[in-house]
Amino acid sequence: MSTVKLTVNGKSVSATVEDRTLLVHLLRENLNLTGTHVGCDTSQCGACIVHIDGKAVKSCTTLVGQIDGANVTTIEGIAKGDQLHPMQAAFRDNHGLQCGYCTPGMIMSAIDIVNRHAGDLDEETVRHELEGNICRCTGYHNIVKSVLDAAGRMKVAQAAE
Amino acid sequence: MGVEGIGARVARKEDKRFITGRGRYVDDVKIVGLTHAHFIRSPHAHAKVKGIDASAAKDMPGVVDVLTAQQLVDDKIGNLICGWAVSSKDGTPMKMGAWPAMAPDTVRFVGQAVAVVIAETKNQAKDAAEAVVVTYEELPAVSSMTAALASGAPQLHPEAPGNVVYDWAIGDEKLTNDAFSKAANVVSLDLTNNRLVPNAMEPRAAVAEYDEAEEHFTLHTTSQNPHVARLVLSAFYNVAQEHKLRVIAPDVGGGFGSKIFIYPEEMVALWASKKVRRPVKWTGDRTEAFLTDAHGRDHISHAEMAFDANNKILGLRVKTHANFGAYMSLFSSSVPTYLYATLLSGQYNIPTIYAEVMGVYTNTTPVDAYRGAGRPEASYLVERLMETSARQLKVDPAELRRLNFVTQFPHQTPVIMAYDIGDFGASLDAALKAIDYAGFPARKAKAKAAGKLRGLGFSCYIEACGIAPSKAVGSLGAGVGLWESAEVRVNPVGTIEVLTGSHSHGQGHETTFAQLVADRLGISVDQVQIVHGDTDKVQFGMGTYGSRSAAVGMSAIFKAMEKVEAKAKKIAAHLLEASEGDIVIENGEFKVAGTDKAIALPMVALAAYTAHNLPDGMEPGLKEGAFYDPTNFTFPAGAYICEVEIDPGTGKTDIVDFVAVDDFGRLINPMIVEGQVHGGLAQGIGQAMLESAIYDDNGQPVTASFMDYAMPRADDVPSFRVSHTTTLCPGNPLGVKGCGEAGAIGSSPAVINAITDALGHNKIEMPATPGRVWEALQLQQAAE
Repeated sequence: MSTVKLTVNGKSVSATVEDRTLLVHLLRENLNLTGTHVGCDTSQCGACIVHIDGKAVKSCTTLVGQIDGANVTTIEGIAKGDQLHPMQAAFRDNHGLQCGYCTPGMIMSAIDIVNRHAGDLDEETVRHELEGNICRCTGYHNIVKSVLDAAGRMKVAQAAE
Repeated sequence: MGVEGIGARVARKEDKRFITGRGRYVDDVKIVGLTHAHFIRSPHAHAKVKGIDASAAKDMPGVVDVLTAQQLVDDKIGNLICGWAVSSKDGTPMKMGAWPAMAPDTVRFVGQAVAVVIAETKNQAKDAAEAVVVTYEELPAVSSMTAALASGAPQLHPEAPGNVVYDWAIGDEKLTNDAFSKAANVVSLDLTNNRLVPNAMEPRAAVAEYDEAEEHFTLHTTSQNPHVARLVLSAFYNVAQEHKLRVIAPDVGGGFGSKIFIYPEEMVALWASKKVRRPVKWTGDRTEAFLTDAHGRDHISHAEMAFDANNKILGLRVKTHANFGAYMSLFSSSVPTYLYATLLSGQYNIPTIYAEVMGVYTNTTPVDAYRGAGRPEASYLVERLMETSARQLKVDPAELRRLNFVTQFPHQTPVIMAYDIGDFGASLDAALKAIDYAGFPARKAKAKAAGKLRGLGFSCYIEACGIAPSKAVGSLGAGVGLWESAEVRVNPVGTIEVLTGSHSHGQGHETTFAQLVADRLGISVDQVQIVHGDTDKVQFGMGTYGSRSAAVGMSAIFKAMEKVEAKAKKIAAHLLEASEGDIVIENGEFKVAGTDKAIALPMVALAAYTAHNLPDGMEPGLKEGAFYDPTNFTFPAGAYICEVEIDPGTGKTDIVDFVAVDDFGRLINPMIVEGQVHGGLAQGIGQAMLESAIYDDNGQPVTASFMDYAMPRADDVPSFRVSHTTTLCPGNPLGVKGCGEAGAIGSSPAVINAITDALGHNKIEMPATPGRVWEALQLQQAAE
């Protein structure tokens, strides 16, 4: 067993867990943050992606014991109150989701993609960067559209800040 | 159309919970006292189970119990059923072996469960499963149909000699043979339709709870059809009685057919919850999905088409072997027969067709309906054959199709289906224009100059959707009726709840269905709530598959709405002291036509519930239900054109353009319809270029994870160009045909036709991976 202290969606969390506990299980089972999903067992699908210290990470392949002191953001933590994150809004406006299961991981991954490219993205780059997120519903067409749309919105939002 | 009515691109009502992480899927359900199940599965494709020793496991931390297959037998729990009776051409019923939910004596595919551990946590259940010792005696296995049908092959079930489930046929054999004897040209083709794994992103899951005092079960499960699940679980398995079982399918993360069926795990979880007197949760992992979710396709076919001297089709002869895996899944028998061979006429005038289908057992995961279910296999066969014929007859593939298109409707095919309406030429014309067909030779030449091989392929598909009327499917052997039901409740304050037997697992019903109500009453979609997926709330329903929710499910809502409106008009007329015939509904008001007299919907609703001032003899309340059974299948159809470029050095194939023109009848929400097409196209392209479930000769799955089964990723597929032509379906009040499967049905032949065009020969099978394309290019060079 090990005890770790984390900040999850801005709140301090202390948890004593089995050493083999994965971050996704801590989030889902202990913290009731069930928006982060498990879609595979080989770290391929990306349904479990969260941000650890601002970077997109697959929480199904992260031991809780590895990240003591880290700042974790999940899909539940990106909207500001009722104001959706631009990426969330873009997914809704562009019909970038159908069953919704891969969506939290897609959104968390996509925010990181936009951040890393400073908003300068083209379709080819988005498709290449989404390689670690699998969607079975949308054929990716509207996901790519959503990410490109959000990149523009995030640039505008940053300029305004 | 209003801003939120029929035809409007309304953003989805359900999205807010999904984009904020508040969706509620089965694995999110938590109940006090919950235990966790982990199944112990056969590592062998065929073996005798000689013994199970769970004594050590039972002593491990957190273990509640270990339940074995024999206990299912002792409790007289029924075997899994196949719900569609298909007979062989000699009239004998299909030959089926028993499929117990856990195998007490013989396992017949890798992954079949023999026991289940129930523990306090999932990890404890997994740890204990390692300590359960199962002794097997391996038996020889057959993983391919060729091996299963060979003389002396290992036999799976004593009930099915030779591993043959049925040897079925449709059409007129003599007439067809006569047509071939008169033919000027005969074109033949051998085809493999590769086995696929549906892979909805949410793995299957079940949470079962037994209330001892009430003798009542609640099952949360990943189902496309919760009422059918309840019916099957109660009527055939002796687990729970129908009125003592509530099935809830909450948010379900994709289905594509794989969540229609009632699987062993859900049934065992339900049974186990009573056995251990604790709620039981089972959530499959991805490997379990690969091993146990019903697979799709897996046909081997030989097809021949006869033409006269003017290139008119005279007849079609088909022989197909369909792999069912080790057991007959719920609707498996219908897929390669009534959902496949009945579509072999494609979009064409074919005077006579004879198709034989042999269903075969192998030591592999059971096969059943997967997006399109039989219809992709039919369209792949017909459209590969049309393209091959055009090349052999040296005519333009578009023109050969056009020459043979059905142009008069209704059109009775020789294989049961009666096409109600369509304009196949219009879709083809639109697709040719969109792709700039005339400019293709120049594009091909330019690619050649750059060292690339460019090819273009067509697919003019047709499918049959709704999977109804009930009388028709009943006459073909279906064990259920395939109507749909709806209830429309106008609340006393004028808000509306629609209870539907359809089930949304990504299709956006909460928006589309609300648009119908909004359209009819002139109100906002926000005033309408769609309720689905709970047998305690919704009266009954057949669920969602076969692209049926708009054509059948929404038509039921339409019928219920008509009844609600009729009653509301009577009340409004009474309150306004007007004639009922003069009342019109506009912008949420009931108006006396041609006057300024009006009463708002909430006032009419309130009057219905206060019942202080209703017409004489009228019952209080404003709530109506309807069961809708269509008079025919619907026939979505379209023209797809794919353009590819192959790098001859590596065999890597890029889809440089993909045009899809579909005729779905009336579109309720074009944004959602386009999304359905995109997803279907990616699945069809996945089949054509990436996906294949492979077994070795001993029945071991080689592709049982996302590491070795190639799911389409974002950079494997292009952006699509999707558009529509429209002929309104005359068979239902909305004129809709259904859009859920078309993309998966029409796209794979277009891709392969494009690749074979680029290659210059036909010797390639799906999936056309870079390796296979490269090999096909070497074949061509050797021939040259």
